[in-house]
Amino acid sequence: MGLEDIYTELVSEHSRNPEHRHALPGATCSLKGHNPSCGDEITLQLKVKDGVVEDAAFTGVGCAISQASTDMMVDLIRGKRTEEARALAQKFIGMIKGEITDEAELEDLDEALSLQGVSHMPARVKCAVLAWHTLDEALKEQGK
Amino acid sequence: MADAQEFLKDFPLLHTEMNGRPIAYLDNGATTQKPEQVIKAICGYYGGCNANPHRGAYALSVEATEIYENARKRTAAFIGAKRPEEIIFTKNATEALNLIAYSYGLTNLKQGDEIVITIAEHHSNLVPWQHVAHATGAALKYIYLEQDGNLSDEDIETKITERTKLVACTQVSNVLGLKNDVKKIAAKAHSVGAVCVVDGSQSVAHQKVDVRDIDAGHKMLSPMGIGVLYGKYDLLDAMPPFLMGGDMIEYVEEQQTTFAELPAKFEAGTQNVGGAAGLTAAIDYLTGIGFDRIEAIEKDLVDYALPQLRELPFIELYGCDTKRDNKTGIIAFNVKDVHPHDVATILDSTGVAVRAGHHCAQPLHKYLGLNASCRASFYLYNTREDVDRWIAALKKVREVLGYGA
Ligand SMILES: Cc1ncc(COP(=O)(O)O)c(C=O)c1O
Ligand SMILES: [Zn+2]
Repeated sequence: MGLEDIYTELVSEHSRNPEHRHALPGATCSLKGHNPSCGDEITLQLKVKDGVVEDAAFTGVGCAISQASTDMMVDLIRGKRTEEARALAQKFIGMIKGEITDEAELEDLDEALSLQGVSHMPARVKCAVLAWHTLDEALKEQGK
Repeated sequence: MADAQEFLKDFPLLHTEMNGRPIAYLDNGATTQKPEQVIKAICGYYGGCNANPHRGAYALSVEATEIYENARKRTAAFIGAKRPEEIIFTKNATEALNLIAYSYGLTNLKQGDEIVITIAEHHSNLVPWQHVAHATGAALKYIYLEQDGNLSDEDIETKITERTKLVACTQVSNVLGLKNDVKKIAAKAHSVGAVCVVDGSQSVAHQKVDVRDIDAGHKMLSPMGIGVLYGKYDLLDAMPPFLMGGDMIEYVEEQQTTFAELPAKFEAGTQNVGGAAGLTAAIDYLTGIGFDRIEAIEKDLVDYALPQLRELPFIELYGCDTKRDNKTGIIAFNVKDVHPHDVATILDSTGVAVRAGHHCAQPLHKYLGLNASCRASFYLYNTREDVDRWIAALKKVREVLGYGA
């Protein structure tokens, strides 16, 4: 496993300039995620209306992998229905755990697919999945 | 330095490869590697004398007991304890500190009393005192730092007062790598009638320690799972047991039990005899080399590394500008704009092992205004070549993440 498989151009670009790292005015829900092993901390904010994630953003600090992963996730879920967003979260987590490897099946993860290399790095798995677990939790709450 | 090369040969793991590269092991603050001599002692115990000590009246058990009790005597001599009974074996430093917190702390502290610790403590010497404070109503106070990372003399003078019943302090900070003047702190604590608990986890393997309190064996070449609590006989004798069960009793009746004398009182259940055998071998090994040489090797590496690190504009150093002559072989740092975990991953790809995160010292990081840091920590088998590889790898870090140098 080479470094370039983990710190891909996309990952470093998103980590240096996370487009969605800002507070979200009018958010309907806000949930914190924390990865104690690395110290990654994010607060994910969502604006959900009529079952659709109309907007999303995050604040926080952490490693390049956690920050890039969060930024890519926000890109991906904006405008998606909540069930769809949760399904994507499950799929991403499955990919990082190495349970889903089929390229075609993973295609709709879009840029987040570039994090697949992390599935070979047990020490960094938690960094990659932090945002997606947080999203899943947040939407579970919304669904109640 | 010739010395380090000389010791390197004793450490088999350091001759293996990690990700296809030889290892520059710079995480000795977390645990040290084990020399052949220690590994042999452990294998020798399990291969030749394994039995439950103190329990059977047969030759093998007697031999196991001897190995175990010999380790106690050797440890006592190593740290200058007056009697072997003042040495209690634990599973690690954390258990030793919990033993004091539960047994001494919960029994002797009450509302209105104060516990004084430092902001530089490892969670193991912090969270147990929080627990004691919450449970007894005692107040928990902190000694903070001077600009250069050393403990504030003013705080030592003003925070330890007539209300203070217990002072807990590490001998060397596991993040900043600075030696604290624990003699002075203990003297101040004793002058107000408080007991003083010293966490020796980062010192016992690196400098000659003349006892005040605690140590974890795995940071001094010995196996994981054996730690040492030293306590003055009278203090330990007056403390109630911590864990209860086999081996720590005198008579057990249906409703009552009387407890064994020291040290058995604090060693409930089957003990880590293999670990004790390893600890004895580690003490032999370290005694054979002597702390003057160990300190000289570590100092050489720090003196070699620091000027080079200071040349790198993107490196931030912590605890490296001490005004006192008290720097140990621990260097905490960050690479500008890059999270410590990414730094560690990138260094790892070249076979350089450093620690990244909060190093079990979250309050210290918060106090320093940091989210996390990286830490390189040296020991007697490290070489200037390890430092060269570390620094060469650091120069690559920002590039990997797409930053200009
Ligand atoms: C200063 C200090 N205290 C306590 C500990 C805890 O040691 P252990 O994990 O062996 O209980 C450590 C180990 O990291 C340490 O550095
Ligand atoms: Zn991380």
